[in-house]
Amino acid sequence: MGALVQDSPVEALLARTGAPRQTSDWGANARLAARGRLGRLGAPKRRDEYWRYTNPALLLADSAPVSERIHSDEPPVFDAVDKLLVVFVDGEYRADLSDDLTGEGLEIQTLQEALDTDIHWAANVFGVLESAGQKPVARPMAAMNTALAAQGVVIRATGKVARPVCLRYLRESDRADVMVHHVVRIEEGAQMTLLENGPAGARMNSVLEVDIADSGAFHHVRAQGRDHGRLAHSHLFARLGASSLLKSFTLTVNGKLTRNEAVVELTGDDAVAHLAGACLGDSDFQHDDTVFVTHDAQNCESRQVFKKVLKNGATGVFQGKILVQPDAQKTDGYQISQGLLLDDDSTFLAKPELEIYADDVICSHGSTCGAVDETSMFYLMSRGIPRKIAQNIMIEAFLDEAIAEIDNPELADDIRSRLSGWTERHS
Amino acid sequence: MFEIKNLKASLADEDKQILKGMNLKVGPGEVHAIMGPNGSGKSTTSYVAAGKGGYVVDEGEVLLNGENLLDMEPDERAAAGLFLAFQYPVEIPGVGNMTFLRTAVNSQRKMRGEEELNAAQFLKLVREKAKSLKIDADMLKRPVNVGFSGGEQKRNESWQMAMLEPKMCILDETDSGLDVDAMKLVAEGVNALRDGKRSFLVITHYQRLLDHIKPDVVHIMADGKIIKTGGPELALEVEHNGYADLLNEVA
Repeated sequence: MGALVQDSPVEALLARTGAPRQTSDWGANARLAARGRLGRLGAPKRRDEYWRYTNPALLLADSAPVSERIHSDEPPVFDAVDKLLVVFVDGEYRADLSDDLTGEGLEIQTLQEALDTDIHWAANVFGVLESAGQKPVARPMAAMNTALAAQGVVIRATGKVARPVCLRYLRESDRADVMVHHVVRIEEGAQMTLLENGPAGARMNSVLEVDIADSGAFHHVRAQGRDHGRLAHSHLFARLGASSLLKSFTLTVNGKLTRNEAVVELTGDDAVAHLAGACLGDSDFQHDDTVFVTHDAQNCESRQVFKKVLKNGATGVFQGKILVQPDAQKTDGYQISQGLLLDDDSTFLAKPELEIYADDVICSHGSTCGAVDETSMFYLMSRGIPRKIAQNIMIEAFLDEAIAEIDNPELADDIRSRLSGWTERHS
Repeated sequence: MFEIKNLKASLADEDKQILKGMNLKVGPGEVHAIMGPNGSGKSTTSYVAAGKGGYVVDEGEVLLNGENLLDMEPDERAAAGLFLAFQYPVEIPGVGNMTFLRTAVNSQRKMRGEEELNAAQFLKLVREKAKSLKIDADMLKRPVNVGFSGGEQKRNESWQMAMLEPKMCILDETDSGLDVDAMKLVAEGVNALRDGKRSFLVITHYQRLLDHIKPDVVHIMADGKIIKTGGPELALEVEHNGYADLLNEVA
């Protein structure tokens, strides 16, 4: 505990939600280990390599800032989708607003229920993937989450789950400081889709650990709400078995600070991981995608597609890495990050990294940053489309490569309609 | 109907005048052709008329039914009835051809104070127009011009023209990049739009397009102005003798 005493920011972090409830031994051990990890790693600092472009101060502050909730008559994202709905209000699970936690091919429980169970499959995942994902780049805020989060769900897919599970995060308070931790296990050959929607709180820290067995498939589509002042720091830790599939897409509109970290390890041959994000920010907006994909098996494919539309001084950050281990031959890695700047005041910072130790691989990356293409604008306008609408069309087209990573067309169209709503409001 | 009056225009980036007193008058229902050597200002004429950025108008007017197009944004010019078929149609990944055109049709209708077409009305119009131009449904579903062959791109331009029903069409080197069959098909599409009221200005290097789209008047352009105007026989003369004789004649 000595390290904790010396590192006061860590103490402050651990004091956030008080001591967690008593749980099973495995739960208690996992949390204790996470406390130890956080103590060793220390709180993130501005001079850390992966925090150079995003200041962690607001994420470390003792309390969440006041963030007004947005009031809108618009139905929530994924509202029309047939789904198993799980509702959190200010980060607390609400059984009264949620569907029964039962589904075909599916076991779903609250995190607390799982932690209270002495023998539970989640013991092999909870804190395990997060812990593994601390190397080579530290993610102390995820360790904090494992140590403290009392809210979340654990989901085990044992078959082909037809209905997506939708986590809907609602807010009642303007300053809720939220921590959620979800654990997903996709058994061999099983499939499921997880949807997440909403800002969750004035400040949210989330961890999603996803363990995909051989031939399993996990689809993840997330929309992070529209509230302006909120802070969000999400972590996705995924481990992929042979011939498995991970597809994760995130839409971010508004929000004062968003940092979405993804740590993906391809551990079985022929696995496929696609990570994509589309964000739109106006004014006081800092959006950071920090992605680390490790190829640790043969003939795997990974794809990172991140697009950011920025205006009025908004900042976009992309830090994306592909690490190919020596035995990961026939790797096919791809990464593209693009910023579309709608004025001269906005900033896009990109740091693509490839680290390749195998000799028979294809890895490509690209990063671009620029304004709306004037030739295309002229083409659209010459057909009678006014400048503002033409620009919105160009914005939507720019983001579409990321949205195209969503396999389900109904979900993709829902996301498209959300972003065209944004472009209309902000043009 | 359509009139270019003493148009002088320069490139914005360089202090270089391209159009040096261009004059042209196209009456209702007429088809005029502009021919001329490379660099004579043919395409610049079409860009300045349509309002492309990067040019400065030093003097002159471009009138469509008495309104000066040069005072308008490109979209307003389109709503006023001008259509430019591009030499190189622009590929716009991520934008569906149908969505694009429906937005264009309805934007124009809105600007003109007409009622917008709903999805069903629009589809009906699409079916009518696509059939005559041999546009298949697949082309309509794809993103604008992306992966289209040269012929498909130009057919797509004709289709847009048919859908937007402009009063004045400028065809900028529509024949470039087309084989003979594709050119015929595009020409048929254009001819189908000739209704005695709609006017055309066909910009081309070669006479062969004019075999298919028969002009009433042919203009020869050189160094930023029209140097000679005549009937269809002028195009044939150019085809046989090149531009050198004409240029010498003027010099």
